[in-house]
Amino acid sequence: MATVDIDLPHVKDHDHDPHHHGPAKGLGRWLFTTNHKDIGSMYLIFSLCMFLIGGLMALVIRAELFQPGLQLVEPEFFNQMTTMHGLIMVFGAVMPAFVGLANWMIPMMIGAPDMALPRMNNWSFWILPFAFLILLSSLLMEGGAPNFGWTFYAPLSTTYGPPSTTFFIFGVHIMGVSSIMGAINIIATILNLRAPGMTLMKMPLFVWTWLITAFLLIAVMPVLAGVVTMMLMDIHFGTSFFNAAGGGDPVLFQHVFWFFGHPEVYIMILPAFGIVSEIIPTFARKRLFGYPSMVYAVASIALLSFIVWAHHMFTVGMPLVGEVFFMFATMLIAVPTGVKVFNWVATMFRGSMTFETPMLFALAFVVLFTIGGLSGLMLAIAPVDFQYHDTYFVVAHFHYVLVPGAVFGIMAGVYYWLPKWTGHVLNESLGKFHFWMSFVGVNITFFPMHFVGLAGMPRRIPDYALQFADFNSIASVGAFIFGLSQLIFVYNIIHNARVGEKATAQVWDGAHGLEWTVPSPAPYHTFSTPPKVD
Amino acid sequence: MRDAKQANTRVVVRLGVTAVLMFGFGFALVPLYEVFCDITGLNGKNFGRGDVAALEVDRSRTVKVQFVSTNPETMPWEFKPVERSMRIFPGETHQTAYFAANPTSQWMVAQAVPSVTPAEAAQYLTKINCFCFDRQPLDAGASQEMPMVFVVSPELPAHISTITVSYALYDITASEPVALQDKTKTGSQLL
Repeated sequence: MATVDIDLPHVKDHDHDPHHHGPAKGLGRWLFTTNHKDIGSMYLIFSLCMFLIGGLMALVIRAELFQPGLQLVEPEFFNQMTTMHGLIMVFGAVMPAFVGLANWMIPMMIGAPDMALPRMNNWSFWILPFAFLILLSSLLMEGGAPNFGWTFYAPLSTTYGPPSTTFFIFGVHIMGVSSIMGAINIIATILNLRAPGMTLMKMPLFVWTWLITAFLLIAVMPVLAGVVTMMLMDIHFGTSFFNAAGGGDPVLFQHVFWFFGHPEVYIMILPAFGIVSEIIPTFARKRLFGYPSMVYAVASIALLSFIVWAHHMFTVGMPLVGEVFFMFATMLIAVPTGVKVFNWVATMFRGSMTFETPMLFALAFVVLFTIGGLSGLMLAIAPVDFQYHDTYFVVAHFHYVLVPGAVFGIMAGVYYWLPKWTGHVLNESLGKFHFWMSFVGVNITFFPMHFVGLAGMPRRIPDYALQFADFNSIASVGAFIFGLSQLIFVYNIIHNARVGEKATAQVWDGAHGLEWTVPSPAPYHTFSTPPKVD
Repeated sequence: MRDAKQANTRVVVRLGVTAVLMFGFGFALVPLYEVFCDITGLNGKNFGRGDVAALEVDRSRTVKVQFVSTNPETMPWEFKPVERSMRIFPGETHQTAYFAANPTSQWMVAQAVPSVTPAEAAQYLTKINCFCFDRQPLDAGASQEMPMVFVVSPELPAHISTITVSYALYDITASEPVALQDKTKTGSQLL
C-alpha cells in the first residue's frame, strides 16, 4: 500500500447504535443475509467444497494415469472427469474464492460499512450453488456429464455432445449472471464507498486488482454467455453458428471462446497478485516497492489480455501474419508481469523478513508463478507451439500458474486474513506443514508434466505410450501428496479457527491498513462511521 | 445517503448496459469474423461465384488444380472427384465434376462446403457454376455426377502453381422441411 496513515486508535469500538444488531439466528441468517462478512464466508466455504470435489476428480484422473493402460475408469468417464475438474476448479473454486475474499476484505480495506448493493450480493451468491448442482447432477444423467473438455470446443460440444450439454449451458449461464452481479457490486463499492481521504492511488493493491478484475468480468462473462447461447441454438433451434454444413464455422467457436477465455485466465490471477502484494510488504516490514507501477502493470496486463486470444489456437491454420501478431502481443504481457515480479523482489530486498505461513505461500507464489509464466512464454512462440499444442506441456504450464499461482494466492490470503475473521491465530506448525506438503506435492505433480509434454504426450487421454510411464507415476504420487495435504488445511481452519490462540487487532506485527484497525474477530458491522484516511 | 443511492444506481445502470452490450458483441463477432475473413482473404472461403466476363487467357504458364473430397464420419455417401487434378491455363473456363452416390435405403440431402488451399489463391478462383451452390438430394441407392464450372484468374500470383479445391460433404437431411421431403420422395425433385 502506498501512503495510508490512519488516524484511528488501533482498536476501534464498533458501533453501539441499537438498531445495528448482530446476526440473526439459525438458517435464516445465511439465507437472507446482506452482510458482506456472512456472504464472504459463504463464498469461501462454497469454494472450499468445490475445491475438494474438483480435487477428488483430479485424483481420479491421476489414479488412472498412474500406469499406462486402462485400470480404474472407462475412457468415457475419464473425459467427464477432465471436463468437470476444469469447470469446477475454474468457475467453482478459484473465482468464488476471490469473490469471497473481495466481499470480506474490500469494505474493510476501504473503510466502507458494507458492499454497495447488499441484496444483489446475497442474490449473486445464492444462485451459485444451484448452478453447480445442475452441473454436478449431469454426472448422474443418461449419457453422462459433459465430456468435451472445459473449453467445450464445437462441434465436440454441439454435434457430438451428450444430452446433458443443455444442463451444462444453463449452469454456465447462471454462473455468468452471478459473476456479473458480483463484479458490478465490487465496482460500485470501490467507486462509491471509499472512506474520505482514500483516493484511488491510496487503495490497497488487493482492491486495485479486484477493481480491474471486475471490469474484465463485465467485459467477458457476457461473451461466454453468448457463446453458450449460440451452442444452445445450434443444438436445439437448428441454427448453424458452428456447423459447417449450414454455412457456419467451428473455428469461429474457438475465436469467440478464447475472446472470453484469455481475459478469464487473468481474472483468475490478478486478485492473487493483489493478495501477494499485501502479504509481502507485511512480512518484509517494508512498503511495497513501486506501488504506482504495480497499478499500471495490472491495468496493462488487463488491456493486453483482449488482444492475445488466438495464441490458444495457433494450430487452426491461421495466416502467418496472425501468428506473428498474436505471438508478439503475448510476449508483450511478460513486460508488465516482469515489473510485478521485480517489485515483489525489490520489496523483500533488505527487508526484515520473517517466514510465517502466509509469507511462505506468497513466496512460493512468486517463484512458482514465474516458472509458469516462463513456460507460457515458450508456448507463446508460434513455431514451437505446433509441437507443444495440446500436450502435457500445456497442462504443466496452466497448472503452474493456477495451482501455485491462483490457489496458493488464495491460501496465502486465507492464512493472512483468517485471524481477522475468526479472532483466532491459526496453528503455525500445522500451517507450515501444510505449506511444505503442498509445495513439494505441487512440484512433484506438475514438473514432470513438462517433460512428458515435450516428449509428445497428448493431454486429455486415459491411456498413454509406455515411455511416459515413469514420469506419470511420479506425477500421480505428487498429486496424492498435494491432495491429501489439503486435509491439513481443512483441519487447521475448522479446528484452530475456533480454539486457537486469541488474535490481536493487528494480528501480524508488520501489517498496515484499515482492516487491521478493527478488532479481531471483526465485529459484524465495521466502519459504520467512515474512518478518516490522510 | 440519497447521493450514495444515486451513485450506486448510476454504476449499476452503466455496468448493466455494458454487460448487455458485451453479450451483443459476442454475437456481433459472428458477422465481424466473416467480414474480416472477406477483407483479408483468410480462411480459403471467399472465392467469387457467378459469371465472369471472358478473361484473357494467359498461355505463358499452367496451373495445377487438384480436387479432393472429405466425408465427415456421419456421412455415408460415396463422394469423390471425377478428375483428381487438371492442368489449366489461367483465364480458361473449365468444367469438372464430383461423383456422389447414396448407398443407404433413405432419401437424403447433402450440402457440400468448399475450401481452397492456399487461402491466398481463393480470391482468384471463380466458380461459374457449382453443385455446392445448392442442396443435393439423392434417392436411396441413387448416384449422380455433380458438375462444377470454374475459372482461375490470370492475375493469380506467379508463385502459386498448385491450387487445391476441397469439398466436405455434410448430411443435412434432418434440417430439410418435412413437407419438402415428402414431395421429393414422390419423384418431383425440385431442388
